[in-house]
Amino acid sequence: MYDTSDIKKNLKIKLDGVPFTVVEFQFVKPGKGNAFTRTKLRNMFTGAVIERTFRSSEKLEPADLEERQMQFLYKEGDGYVFMDTVSYDQLSLSAEQLGDNKWYLIDSTNVDVLFYNEKPIGVTPPTFVVLKVASTEPGFKGDTSGGAMKSATMETGLEVSVPLFINEGESLKIDTRTGEYSERVNLKR
Amino acid sequence: MPSRIAVRDLAGQPDSTRVCVAGRVVALETDGFILQDDTGCAQVLGAPQPPLGAFVQLVAKTDGGALVDVESETTFTHGSERFTRSDSDWGWLSGARIQNLRTRHKLKRVVERYFDAAGFLEVETPAIVPCPGLDVHLDAIEVLGMRGPRWLHTSPEYQMKRLLTTGVPGIFQLGKAFRRGERGKLHEPEFSMLEWYRSFADAEAVMRDTEQLVAQVAQELTGSLLLPGLHGQVDVTPPWDRLTVAEAFARYADVALADVLSDEETYFQTLADQIEPQLGRGRAVFLTEYPAPMASLAKLKESNPQVAERFEGYLDGVELCNGFSELTDPHEQRERLERDQELRERLGRSVYPLDERFLAALEEGIPPSGGNALGFDRLLMLAIGAKHIEDVVALPAMRV
Repeated sequence: MYDTSDIKKNLKIKLDGVPFTVVEFQFVKPGKGNAFTRTKLRNMFTGAVIERTFRSSEKLEPADLEERQMQFLYKEGDGYVFMDTVSYDQLSLSAEQLGDNKWYLIDSTNVDVLFYNEKPIGVTPPTFVVLKVASTEPGFKGDTSGGAMKSATMETGLEVSVPLFINEGESLKIDTRTGEYSERVNLKR
Repeated sequence: MPSRIAVRDLAGQPDSTRVCVAGRVVALETDGFILQDDTGCAQVLGAPQPPLGAFVQLVAKTDGGALVDVESETTFTHGSERFTRSDSDWGWLSGARIQNLRTRHKLKRVVERYFDAAGFLEVETPAIVPCPGLDVHLDAIEVLGMRGPRWLHTSPEYQMKRLLTTGVPGIFQLGKAFRRGERGKLHEPEFSMLEWYRSFADAEAVMRDTEQLVAQVAQELTGSLLLPGLHGQVDVTPPWDRLTVAEAFARYADVALADVLSDEETYFQTLADQIEPQLGRGRAVFLTEYPAPMASLAKLKESNPQVAERFEGYLDGVELCNGFSELTDPHEQRERLERDQELRERLGRSVYPLDERFLAALEEGIPPSGGNALGFDRLLMLAIGAKHIEDVVALPAMRV
Protein backbone atom coordinates (compact mmCIF):
# COMPACT_ATOMS: atom_id res chain seq x y z
CA MET A 1 0.00 0.00 0.00
CA TYR A 2 1.12 3.55 -0.66
CA ASP A 3 0.89 6.52 1.73
CA THR A 4 -0.13 9.93 0.45
CA SER A 5 3.53 10.95 0.80
CA ASP A 6 4.38 8.38 -1.91
CA ILE A 7 2.20 10.17 -4.46
CA LYS A 8 4.18 11.44 -7.42
CA LYS A 9 3.62 12.00 -11.12
CA ASN A 10 3.01 8.75 -13.05
CA LEU A 11 2.38 6.68 -9.91
CA LYS A 12 -0.08 3.90 -10.80
CA ILE A 13 -2.83 3.20 -8.31
CA LYS A 14 -6.07 1.22 -8.24
CA LEU A 15 -9.41 2.77 -7.24
CA ASP A 16 -12.49 0.49 -7.19
CA GLY A 17 -10.66 -2.01 -9.39
CA VAL A 18 -9.73 0.56 -12.06
CA PRO A 19 -6.08 1.52 -12.65
CA PHE A 20 -5.29 5.23 -12.58
CA THR A 21 -2.09 7.12 -13.19
CA VAL A 22 -1.23 10.33 -11.33
CA VAL A 23 -1.14 13.24 -13.77
CA GLU A 24 -0.75 16.04 -11.24
CA PHE A 25 -0.68 16.33 -7.49
CA GLN A 26 -0.58 19.09 -4.95
CA PHE A 27 0.01 19.15 -1.20
CA VAL A 28 -2.69 21.36 0.37
CA LYS A 29 -3.13 22.45 3.93
CA PRO A 30 -5.85 24.99 4.63
CA GLY A 31 -4.95 27.46 7.40
CA LYS A 32 -4.06 25.52 10.55
CA GLY A 33 -5.91 22.47 9.23
CA ASN A 34 -5.26 18.87 8.16
CA ALA A 35 -3.02 18.11 5.21
CA PHE A 36 -4.52 16.77 1.98
CA THR A 37 -3.09 15.68 -1.34
CA ARG A 38 -5.18 16.92 -4.24
CA THR A 39 -4.64 14.89 -7.39
CA LYS A 40 -5.63 14.65 -11.01
CA LEU A 41 -5.82 11.00 -12.02
CA ARG A 42 -6.13 9.55 -15.48
CA ASN A 43 -8.32 6.49 -15.86
CA MET A 44 -6.02 4.13 -17.72
CA PHE A 45 -8.92 2.38 -19.48
CA THR A 46 -10.76 5.41 -20.81
CA GLY A 47 -8.19 8.21 -20.60
CA ALA A 48 -10.70 10.33 -18.66
CA VAL A 49 -9.12 12.59 -16.04
CA ILE A 50 -10.75 12.88 -12.62
CA GLU A 51 -9.95 14.97 -9.57
CA ARG A 52 -9.56 13.31 -6.22
CA THR A 53 -8.41 14.61 -2.84
CA PHE A 54 -6.79 12.21 -0.39
CA ARG A 55 -6.59 12.77 3.35
CA SER A 56 -3.13 12.29 4.80
CA SER A 57 -4.26 9.20 6.73
CA GLU A 58 -5.53 7.42 3.59
CA LYS A 59 -3.77 4.45 2.02
CA LEU A 60 -3.66 3.86 -1.73
CA GLU A 61 -3.64 0.51 -3.47
CA PRO A 62 -0.92 0.00 -6.09
CA ALA A 63 -2.13 -1.05 -9.56
CA ASP A 64 -0.49 -4.29 -10.71
CA LEU A 65 0.68 -3.58 -14.20
CA GLU A 66 2.83 -5.63 -16.50
CA GLU A 67 5.37 -3.81 -18.68
CA ARG A 68 6.65 -5.04 -22.03
CA GLN A 69 9.20 -3.21 -24.15
CA MET A 70 7.88 -2.37 -27.62
CA GLN A 71 8.84 -0.12 -30.47
CA PHE A 72 6.74 2.85 -31.57
CA LEU A 73 6.16 2.46 -35.32
CA TYR A 74 3.92 5.25 -36.54
CA LYS A 75 0.82 7.32 -35.95
CA GLU A 76 -2.30 6.34 -37.84
CA GLY A 77 -5.37 8.55 -37.47
CA ASP A 78 -5.95 8.85 -33.71
CA GLY A 79 -4.01 5.65 -33.06
CA TYR A 80 -0.38 5.12 -32.14
CA VAL A 81 0.97 1.78 -33.36
CA PHE A 82 3.54 -0.22 -31.40
CA MET A 83 5.32 -3.47 -32.26
CA ASP A 84 6.77 -6.23 -30.12
CA THR A 85 10.31 -6.55 -31.55
CA VAL A 86 10.47 -10.28 -30.79
CA SER A 87 7.06 -11.56 -31.85
CA TYR A 88 6.31 -8.71 -34.31
CA ASP A 89 2.84 -8.46 -32.73
CA GLN A 90 1.35 -5.03 -33.20
CA LEU A 91 -1.13 -3.05 -31.15
CA SER A 92 -2.60 0.44 -31.15
CA LEU A 93 -3.18 2.95 -28.34
CA SER A 94 -5.27 6.12 -28.52
CA ALA A 95 -4.04 9.65 -27.79
CA GLU A 96 -6.28 9.71 -24.68
CA GLN A 97 -4.65 6.55 -23.37
CA LEU A 98 -1.18 7.97 -23.94
CA GLY A 99 -1.91 11.35 -22.32
CA ASP A 100 1.19 13.58 -22.20
CA ASN A 101 3.37 10.64 -23.17
CA LYS A 102 2.29 11.03 -26.79
CA TRP A 103 4.66 14.02 -26.98
CA TYR A 104 7.66 11.77 -26.46
CA LEU A 105 7.07 9.31 -29.30
CA ILE A 106 9.21 9.57 -32.40
CA ASP A 107 9.52 6.75 -34.92
CA SER A 108 11.47 3.74 -33.62
CA THR A 109 11.49 4.88 -29.97
CA ASN A 110 11.49 1.98 -27.55
CA VAL A 111 8.97 2.37 -24.77
CA ASP A 112 7.47 0.19 -22.06
CA VAL A 113 3.87 -0.63 -22.91
CA LEU A 114 1.73 -1.21 -19.83
CA PHE A 115 -0.69 -4.11 -19.66
CA TYR A 116 -3.48 -4.56 -17.16
CA ASN A 117 -5.06 -8.02 -17.26
CA GLU A 118 -3.38 -8.59 -20.65
CA LYS A 119 -4.91 -5.41 -22.06
CA PRO A 120 -2.57 -2.63 -23.27
CA ILE A 121 -3.51 0.60 -21.51
CA GLY A 122 -0.58 3.02 -21.73
CA VAL A 123 3.14 3.54 -22.00
CA THR A 124 6.07 4.59 -19.85
CA PRO A 125 8.55 6.61 -21.90
CA PRO A 126 12.28 6.68 -21.09
CA THR A 127 13.13 9.33 -18.45
CA PHE A 128 14.87 11.44 -21.08
CA VAL A 129 14.15 11.67 -24.79
CA VAL A 130 16.01 13.66 -27.43
CA LEU A 131 13.71 15.70 -29.67
CA LYS A 132 14.43 18.13 -32.49
CA VAL A 133 13.22 21.75 -32.36
CA ALA A 134 10.64 22.14 -35.15
CA SER A 135 10.08 25.85 -34.67
CA THR A 136 11.15 28.67 -32.39
CA GLU A 137 11.88 32.36 -32.73
CA PRO A 138 15.19 32.92 -34.51
CA GLY A 139 18.41 32.80 -32.49
CA PHE A 140 19.80 35.71 -30.60
CA LYS A 141 22.88 37.83 -30.55
CA GLY A 142 23.42 38.55 -26.92
CA ASP A 143 20.44 40.79 -26.21
CA THR A 144 19.21 38.66 -23.35
CA SER A 145 18.25 39.72 -19.91
CA GLY A 146 18.44 37.49 -16.87
CA GLY A 147 18.68 34.18 -18.68
CA ALA A 148 15.24 34.61 -20.16
CA MET A 149 13.48 31.70 -21.84
CA LYS A 150 11.43 31.45 -25.02
CA SER A 151 8.93 28.94 -26.29
CA ALA A 152 9.85 26.21 -28.77
CA THR A 153 7.72 23.61 -30.55
CA MET A 154 9.35 20.21 -30.81
CA GLU A 155 8.97 17.78 -33.72
CA THR A 156 6.19 15.92 -31.88
CA GLY A 157 4.21 19.09 -31.17
CA LEU A 158 5.37 19.40 -27.53
CA GLU A 159 5.80 23.01 -26.36
CA VAL A 160 8.77 23.66 -24.09
CA SER A 161 10.52 26.68 -22.62
CA VAL A 162 14.13 26.84 -23.79
CA PRO A 163 17.06 29.23 -23.35
CA LEU A 164 17.38 31.97 -25.96
CA PHE A 165 20.46 30.44 -27.61
CA ILE A 166 18.50 27.43 -28.91
CA ASN A 167 17.85 27.36 -32.66
CA GLU A 168 15.54 25.43 -34.96
CA GLY A 169 16.83 22.02 -35.97
CA GLU A 170 18.82 21.55 -32.78
CA SER A 171 18.33 18.49 -30.60
CA LEU A 172 17.26 18.89 -26.98
CA LYS A 173 17.11 16.48 -24.10
CA ILE A 174 13.64 16.59 -22.54
CA ASP A 175 12.76 15.25 -19.11
CA THR A 176 9.59 13.20 -19.66
CA ARG A 177 8.68 13.36 -15.96
CA THR A 178 8.20 17.12 -16.10
CA GLY A 179 8.04 17.88 -19.83
CA GLU A 180 10.84 20.39 -19.32
CA TYR A 181 13.99 21.21 -21.25
CA SER A 182 17.00 19.59 -19.68
CA GLU A 183 19.94 20.43 -21.97
CA ARG A 184 21.02 20.90 -25.54
CA VAL A 185 22.55 17.86 -27.15
CA ASN A 186 25.56 19.04 -29.07
CA LEU A 187 25.57 17.02 -32.24
CA LYS A 188 28.58 17.51 -34.50
CA ARG A 189 27.75 19.90 -37.30
CA MET B 1 42.20 45.93 -18.31
CA PRO B 2 38.65 47.39 -18.28
CA SER B 3 36.61 46.53 -15.16
CA ARG B 4 34.17 43.63 -15.32
CA ILE B 5 30.61 44.30 -16.47
CA ALA B 6 27.49 42.15 -16.34
CA VAL B 7 26.36 40.37 -19.51
CA ARG B 8 22.96 42.02 -19.08
CA ASP B 9 24.60 45.42 -19.61
CA LEU B 10 26.39 44.48 -22.84
CA ALA B 11 23.47 45.46 -25.03
CA GLY B 12 23.55 49.00 -23.64
CA GLN B 13 27.17 49.54 -24.71
CA PRO B 14 28.04 51.27 -28.00
CA ASP B 15 29.60 48.91 -30.55
CA SER B 16 33.37 48.39 -30.29
CA THR B 17 33.50 49.24 -26.55
CA ARG B 18 36.34 47.33 -24.88
CA VAL B 19 34.86 45.32 -22.01
CA CYS B 20 35.78 42.60 -19.55
CA VAL B 21 33.22 39.82 -19.00
CA ALA B 22 33.37 36.62 -16.94
CA GLY B 23 31.04 33.64 -16.97
CA ARG B 24 30.47 30.02 -17.85
CA VAL B 25 30.65 28.47 -21.31
CA VAL B 26 27.18 26.99 -21.68
CA ALA B 27 27.21 26.01 -25.35
CA LEU B 28 29.79 25.59 -28.11
CA GLU B 29 29.11 27.04 -31.54
CA THR B 30 31.00 26.39 -34.78
CA ASP B 31 32.42 29.92 -34.71
CA GLY B 32 32.67 30.60 -30.98
CA PHE B 33 30.64 29.89 -27.87
CA ILE B 34 27.85 31.12 -25.59
CA LEU B 35 28.89 32.68 -22.30
CA GLN B 36 26.51 33.00 -19.38
CA ASP B 37 26.89 34.88 -16.12
CA ASP B 38 24.28 35.39 -13.42
CA THR B 39 22.53 38.07 -15.48
CA GLY B 40 22.23 36.53 -18.95
CA CYS B 41 23.86 34.98 -22.01
CA ALA B 42 26.02 36.45 -24.76
CA GLN B 43 27.48 35.07 -27.92
CA VAL B 44 31.28 35.19 -28.23
CA LEU B 45 32.36 35.11 -31.86
CA GLY B 46 35.65 34.13 -33.43
CA ALA B 47 37.29 33.04 -30.18
CA PRO B 48 39.24 29.89 -29.29
CA GLN B 49 36.85 27.34 -27.79
CA PRO B 50 37.29 26.60 -24.07
CA PRO B 51 35.90 23.32 -22.71
CA LEU B 52 32.12 23.25 -22.29
CA GLY B 53 31.22 24.18 -18.72
CA ALA B 54 34.46 26.04 -17.93
CA PHE B 55 34.54 29.55 -16.50
CA VAL B 56 36.28 32.11 -18.70
CA GLN B 57 37.22 35.73 -18.21
CA LEU B 58 37.81 37.66 -21.40
CA VAL B 59 38.46 41.12 -22.77
CA ALA B 60 36.74 41.79 -26.05
CA LYS B 61 34.79 44.38 -28.01
CA THR B 62 31.01 44.70 -28.07
CA ASP B 63 29.03 44.22 -31.25
CA GLY B 64 25.26 44.50 -30.92
CA GLY B 65 25.31 42.82 -27.51
CA ALA B 66 27.66 40.05 -28.66
CA LEU B 67 31.40 39.92 -28.07
CA VAL B 68 33.98 40.00 -30.89
CA ASP B 69 37.72 40.63 -31.34
CA VAL B 70 38.70 38.73 -28.22
CA GLU B 71 42.07 40.05 -27.11
CA SER B 72 42.59 37.91 -24.03
CA GLU B 73 40.83 34.84 -22.74
CA THR B 74 41.61 33.11 -19.45
CA THR B 75 40.02 29.71 -18.87
CA PHE B 76 39.33 28.32 -15.42
CA THR B 77 38.56 24.65 -15.85
CA HIS B 78 36.62 22.71 -13.29
CA GLY B 79 37.60 19.27 -12.08
CA SER B 80 34.81 17.07 -13.30
CA GLU B 81 32.03 16.43 -15.77
CA ARG B 82 29.37 17.83 -13.42
CA PHE B 83 28.35 20.49 -15.87
CA THR B 84 26.62 18.00 -18.13
CA ARG B 85 24.55 16.59 -15.30
CA SER B 86 21.01 17.85 -15.52
CA ASP B 87 20.83 18.25 -11.72
CA SER B 88 23.82 20.61 -11.41
CA ASP B 89 23.42 23.63 -9.15
CA TRP B 90 24.29 25.74 -12.13
CA GLY B 91 21.48 24.25 -14.19
CA TRP B 92 19.05 24.68 -11.31
CA LEU B 93 19.84 28.26 -10.44
CA SER B 94 20.71 29.88 -13.74
CA GLY B 95 18.14 31.89 -15.61
CA ALA B 96 14.86 32.79 -13.97
CA ARG B 97 15.69 31.50 -10.49
CA ILE B 98 18.72 33.73 -9.95
CA GLN B 99 16.55 36.61 -11.13
CA ASN B 100 13.96 35.63 -8.51
CA LEU B 101 16.61 35.79 -5.81
CA ARG B 102 17.36 39.38 -6.81
CA THR B 103 13.67 40.25 -6.49
CA ARG B 104 13.66 38.47 -3.12
CA HIS B 105 16.48 40.72 -1.94
CA LYS B 106 14.49 43.74 -3.07
CA LEU B 107 11.30 42.52 -1.37
CA LYS B 108 13.16 42.20 1.93
CA ARG B 109 14.18 45.85 1.69
CA VAL B 110 10.56 46.90 1.02
CA VAL B 111 9.39 45.00 4.11
CA GLU B 112 12.10 46.55 6.28
CA ARG B 113 11.27 50.04 5.02
CA TYR B 114 7.58 49.56 5.75
CA PHE B 115 8.11 48.53 9.37
CA ASP B 116 10.84 51.12 9.88
CA ALA B 117 8.46 53.86 8.83
CA ALA B 118 5.75 52.41 11.09
CA GLY B 119 8.13 52.62 14.08
CA PHE B 120 8.51 48.86 14.63
CA LEU B 121 11.49 47.23 16.28
CA GLU B 122 13.08 44.36 14.37
CA VAL B 123 13.78 41.36 16.61
CA GLU B 124 15.38 37.94 16.25
CA THR B 125 14.07 35.29 18.62
CA PRO B 126 15.57 31.79 19.08
CA ALA B 127 14.89 29.12 16.49
CA ILE B 128 15.57 26.27 18.94
CA VAL B 129 12.87 26.14 21.59
CA PRO B 130 11.66 23.81 24.37
CA CYS B 131 7.97 24.16 23.37
CA PRO B 132 7.40 24.38 19.62
CA GLY B 133 3.70 25.23 19.58
CA LEU B 134 0.66 23.04 19.95
CA ASP B 135 -1.21 23.73 16.73
CA VAL B 136 -2.99 20.44 16.24
CA HIS B 137 -1.93 19.97 12.62
CA LEU B 138 1.68 21.14 12.77
CA ASP B 139 4.61 18.87 13.50
CA ALA B 140 7.93 20.22 14.73
CA ILE B 141 11.44 19.08 13.84
CA GLU B 142 13.29 17.73 16.85
CA VAL B 143 16.78 18.99 17.66
CA LEU B 144 19.12 16.50 19.27
CA GLY B 145 22.22 17.08 21.38
CA MET B 146 20.75 19.74 23.63
CA ARG B 147 20.45 19.58 27.41
CA GLY B 148 16.74 18.82 27.35
CA PRO B 149 14.18 18.08 24.61
CA ARG B 150 14.27 20.82 21.98
CA TRP B 151 12.62 21.55 18.64
CA LEU B 152 12.87 24.10 15.85
CA HIS B 153 9.93 26.44 16.26
CA THR B 154 6.97 26.14 13.89
CA SER B 155 6.36 29.88 14.39
CA PRO B 156 8.09 32.43 16.66
CA GLU B 157 4.83 33.54 18.32
CA TYR B 158 5.44 32.50 21.95
CA GLN B 159 8.82 34.24 22.07
CA MET B 160 7.62 37.35 20.26
CA LYS B 161 4.60 37.75 22.52
CA ARG B 162 6.88 37.59 25.57
CA LEU B 163 8.59 40.70 24.21
CA LEU B 164 5.25 42.53 24.28
CA THR B 165 5.44 42.59 28.10
CA THR B 166 7.81 45.57 27.64
CA GLY B 167 5.03 47.72 26.15
CA VAL B 168 6.97 48.17 22.90
CA PRO B 169 4.59 49.64 20.26
CA GLY B 170 5.47 47.14 17.55
CA ILE B 171 7.90 44.32 16.75
CA PHE B 172 8.57 42.41 13.56
CA GLN B 173 10.71 39.48 12.53
CA LEU B 174 11.57 38.04 9.14
CA GLY B 175 13.00 34.61 9.76
CA LYS B 176 12.74 30.90 9.14
CA ALA B 177 9.96 28.71 10.48
CA PHE B 178 10.17 24.92 10.38
CA ARG B 179 7.40 22.36 9.84
CA ARG B 180 8.00 18.66 9.48
CA GLY B 181 6.54 16.87 6.49
CA GLU B 182 5.25 19.90 4.60
CA ARG B 183 6.32 19.93 0.98
CA GLY B 184 4.43 21.08 -2.08
CA LYS B 185 3.92 23.97 -4.45
CA LEU B 186 3.24 26.30 -1.53
CA HIS B 187 5.10 24.45 1.23
CA GLU B 188 8.70 23.90 2.21
CA PRO B 189 9.70 22.29 5.53
CA GLU B 190 11.91 25.34 6.11
CA PHE B 191 10.35 28.59 4.94
CA SER B 192 10.50 32.32 5.60
CA MET B 193 7.88 33.91 7.77
CA LEU B 194 7.26 37.56 8.35
CA GLU B 195 5.63 37.94 11.74
CA TRP B 196 4.67 41.17 13.45
CA TYR B 197 2.78 42.39 16.51
CA ARG B 198 1.25 45.78 17.15
CA SER B 199 0.40 46.59 20.77
CA PHE B 200 -2.62 48.60 21.93
CA ALA B 201 -4.20 47.35 18.71
CA ASP B 202 -6.32 44.51 17.36
CA ALA B 203 -6.80 42.30 14.29
CA GLU B 204 -8.30 45.23 12.33
CA ALA B 205 -5.08 47.21 12.78
CA VAL B 206 -2.85 44.41 11.52
CA MET B 207 -5.21 43.80 8.60
CA ARG B 208 -4.58 47.43 7.67
CA ASP B 209 -0.83 46.84 8.04
CA THR B 210 -1.12 43.88 5.70
CA GLU B 211 -3.03 45.87 3.06
CA GLN B 212 -0.60 48.77 3.22
CA LEU B 213 2.48 46.55 3.15
CA VAL B 214 1.29 44.46 0.20
CA ALA B 215 0.21 47.59 -1.68
CA GLN B 216 3.68 49.04 -1.14
CA VAL B 217 5.26 45.79 -2.36
CA ALA B 218 3.12 45.88 -5.50
CA GLN B 219 3.93 49.54 -6.11
CA GLU B 220 7.68 49.03 -5.78
CA LEU B 221 7.97 45.72 -7.65
CA THR B 222 5.41 46.22 -10.42
CA GLY B 223 4.80 49.97 -10.44
CA SER B 224 1.06 49.37 -9.98
CA LEU B 225 -1.41 47.96 -7.45
CA LEU B 226 -1.66 44.70 -9.38
CA LEU B 227 0.34 41.58 -8.57
CA PRO B 228 0.75 38.91 -11.27
CA GLY B 229 -0.54 36.12 -8.94
CA LEU B 230 -0.12 32.39 -9.55
CA HIS B 231 -2.98 31.99 -12.01
CA GLY B 232 -4.12 35.55 -12.71
CA GLN B 233 -3.62 39.17 -11.66
CA VAL B 234 -4.71 40.30 -8.21
CA ASP B 235 -5.72 43.84 -7.32
CA VAL B 236 -4.31 44.67 -3.89
CA THR B 237 -5.68 48.21 -3.55
CA PRO B 238 -6.63 48.82 0.12
CA PRO B 239 -9.05 48.22 1.70
CA TRP B 240 -9.36 44.53 0.79
CA ASP B 241 -12.74 42.80 0.79
CA ARG B 242 -13.84 41.09 4.01
CA LEU B 243 -15.70 37.80 3.99
CA THR B 244 -16.67 35.88 7.13
CA VAL B 245 -16.07 32.11 7.22
CA ALA B 246 -19.85 31.58 7.38
CA GLU B 247 -20.36 33.79 4.31
CA ALA B 248 -17.62 31.92 2.45
CA PHE B 249 -19.33 28.57 3.15
CA ALA B 250 -22.67 29.98 2.04
CA ARG B 251 -21.17 31.41 -1.14
CA TYR B 252 -18.83 28.63 -2.29
CA ALA B 253 -19.50 25.35 -0.46
CA ASP B 254 -22.18 22.69 -0.92
CA VAL B 255 -22.49 22.27 2.86
CA ALA B 256 -23.41 24.80 5.55
CA LEU B 257 -20.79 25.80 8.10
CA ALA B 258 -23.04 24.74 11.00
CA ASP B 259 -23.26 21.18 9.60
CA VAL B 260 -19.51 20.58 9.43
CA LEU B 261 -18.35 22.34 12.60
CA SER B 262 -18.38 19.11 14.59
CA ASP B 263 -16.49 17.23 11.87
CA GLU B 264 -13.10 18.88 11.60
CA GLU B 265 -11.85 16.87 8.63
CA THR B 266 -14.88 17.68 6.50
CA TYR B 267 -14.60 21.34 7.53
CA PHE B 268 -10.99 21.51 6.37
CA GLN B 269 -11.58 19.47 3.23
CA THR B 270 -14.46 21.75 2.22
CA LEU B 271 -12.23 24.73 2.89
CA ALA B 272 -9.39 23.22 0.84
CA ASP B 273 -11.45 21.92 -2.09
CA GLN B 274 -14.34 24.34 -2.49
CA ILE B 275 -13.54 27.60 -0.75
CA GLU B 276 -9.83 28.43 -0.74
CA PRO B 277 -9.36 28.10 -4.52
CA GLN B 278 -12.05 30.81 -4.99
CA LEU B 279 -10.69 33.30 -2.46
CA GLY B 280 -8.87 36.43 -3.59
CA ARG B 281 -9.38 35.79 -7.30
CA GLY B 282 -8.79 39.11 -9.00
CA ARG B 283 -8.97 40.99 -5.69
CA ALA B 284 -7.32 40.35 -2.36
CA VAL B 285 -9.69 39.31 0.43
CA PHE B 286 -9.61 38.71 4.18
CA LEU B 287 -11.47 35.71 5.53
CA THR B 288 -12.70 36.77 9.00
CA GLU B 289 -14.74 35.63 12.01
CA TYR B 290 -13.40 32.10 12.41
CA PRO B 291 -15.65 29.74 14.35
CA ALA B 292 -14.62 29.59 18.02
CA PRO B 293 -13.29 25.99 17.79
CA MET B 294 -10.82 27.26 15.14
CA ALA B 295 -9.80 30.29 17.22
CA SER B 296 -6.21 29.07 17.66
CA LEU B 297 -4.54 31.86 19.71
CA ALA B 298 -7.14 34.50 18.84
CA LYS B 299 -9.45 36.34 21.23
CA LEU B 300 -13.15 35.55 20.94
CA LYS B 301 -15.30 38.40 19.75
CA GLU B 302 -16.90 40.13 22.75
CA SER B 303 -20.17 40.87 20.96
CA ASN B 304 -20.36 37.29 19.61
CA PRO B 305 -18.23 34.64 21.38
CA GLN B 306 -19.23 32.05 18.74
CA VAL B 307 -16.51 33.52 16.55
CA ALA B 308 -12.89 34.52 17.02
CA GLU B 309 -11.10 37.69 15.95
CA ARG B 310 -8.94 35.69 13.59
CA PHE B 311 -8.35 36.43 9.90
CA GLU B 312 -6.50 35.05 6.93
CA GLY B 313 -5.50 37.01 3.84
CA TYR B 314 -6.00 35.34 0.44
CA LEU B 315 -4.62 36.39 -2.92
CA ASP B 316 -5.41 34.38 -6.03
CA GLY B 317 -6.48 31.31 -4.02
CA VAL B 318 -3.28 31.38 -1.96
CA GLU B 319 -3.36 31.76 1.82
CA LEU B 320 -0.86 34.54 2.46
CA CYS B 321 -1.20 35.24 6.18
CA ASN B 322 -2.96 34.39 9.41
CA GLY B 323 -3.54 36.93 12.15
CA PHE B 324 -5.38 37.52 15.39
CA SER B 325 -6.52 39.89 18.02
CA GLU B 326 -4.20 38.14 20.43
CA LEU B 327 -5.63 36.17 23.29
CA THR B 328 -4.11 37.77 26.40
CA ASP B 329 -6.09 35.96 29.11
CA PRO B 330 -3.63 33.49 30.74
CA HIS B 331 -6.35 31.16 32.06
CA GLU B 332 -8.18 30.77 28.79
CA GLN B 333 -4.84 30.40 27.02
CA ARG B 334 -3.79 27.56 29.35
CA GLU B 335 -7.13 25.80 28.87
CA ARG B 336 -6.84 25.99 25.08
CA LEU B 337 -3.28 24.69 25.07
CA GLU B 338 -4.22 21.81 27.35
CA ARG B 339 -7.12 20.99 25.02
CA ASP B 340 -4.69 21.00 22.07
CA GLN B 341 -2.40 18.64 23.98
CA GLU B 342 -5.30 16.23 24.56
CA LEU B 343 -6.33 16.42 20.92
CA ARG B 344 -2.77 15.73 19.75
CA GLU B 345 -2.60 12.77 22.10
CA ARG B 346 -5.87 11.41 20.71
CA LEU B 347 -4.68 11.82 17.11
CA GLY B 348 -1.43 10.01 17.89
CA ARG B 349 0.72 13.08 17.23
CA SER B 350 3.72 14.13 19.35
CA VAL B 351 2.57 16.03 22.42
CA TYR B 352 4.82 19.01 23.16
CA PRO B 353 5.08 20.57 26.62
CA LEU B 354 3.26 23.75 27.62
CA ASP B 355 5.41 26.86 27.35
CA GLU B 356 5.24 27.98 30.97
CA ARG B 357 7.38 31.04 30.28
CA PHE B 358 4.91 32.18 27.64
CA LEU B 359 2.00 31.61 30.03
CA ALA B 360 3.90 33.49 32.76
CA ALA B 361 4.31 36.44 30.38
CA LEU B 362 0.53 36.53 29.96
CA GLU B 363 0.21 36.48 33.78
CA GLU B 364 2.60 39.46 33.95
CA GLY B 365 0.33 41.04 31.40
CA ILE B 366 0.68 42.10 27.79
CA PRO B 367 -1.25 44.96 26.20
CA PRO B 368 -4.15 44.20 23.87
CA SER B 369 -2.33 43.36 20.64
CA GLY B 370 -2.83 42.35 17.04
CA GLY B 371 -0.43 39.96 15.37
CA ASN B 372 0.05 38.48 11.93
CA ALA B 373 2.21 35.78 10.34
CA LEU B 374 2.76 36.15 6.62
CA GLY B 375 4.42 33.69 4.22
CA PHE B 376 7.27 35.71 2.77
CA ASP B 377 8.03 33.14 0.04
CA ARG B 378 4.37 33.15 -1.01
CA LEU B 379 4.31 36.94 -1.17
CA LEU B 380 7.29 36.76 -3.51
CA MET B 381 5.60 34.07 -5.61
CA LEU B 382 2.48 36.23 -5.98
CA ALA B 383 4.60 39.30 -6.75
CA ILE B 384 6.48 37.69 -9.63
CA GLY B 385 4.06 35.00 -10.79
CA ALA B 386 6.21 32.02 -9.69
CA LYS B 387 4.20 28.80 -9.58
CA HIS B 388 6.35 26.80 -7.16
CA ILE B 389 7.94 27.82 -3.86
CA GLU B 390 11.11 26.00 -4.96
CA ASP B 391 11.57 28.68 -7.61
CA VAL B 392 11.82 31.53 -5.09
CA VAL B 393 14.19 30.11 -2.45
CA ALA B 394 17.95 29.80 -2.91
CA LEU B 395 18.09 26.04 -2.41
CA PRO B 396 14.89 24.15 -1.59
CA ALA B 397 14.84 21.19 0.80
CA MET B 398 15.00 18.68 -2.03
CA ARG B 399 18.35 20.13 -3.16
CA VAL B 400 19.98 20.47 0.26
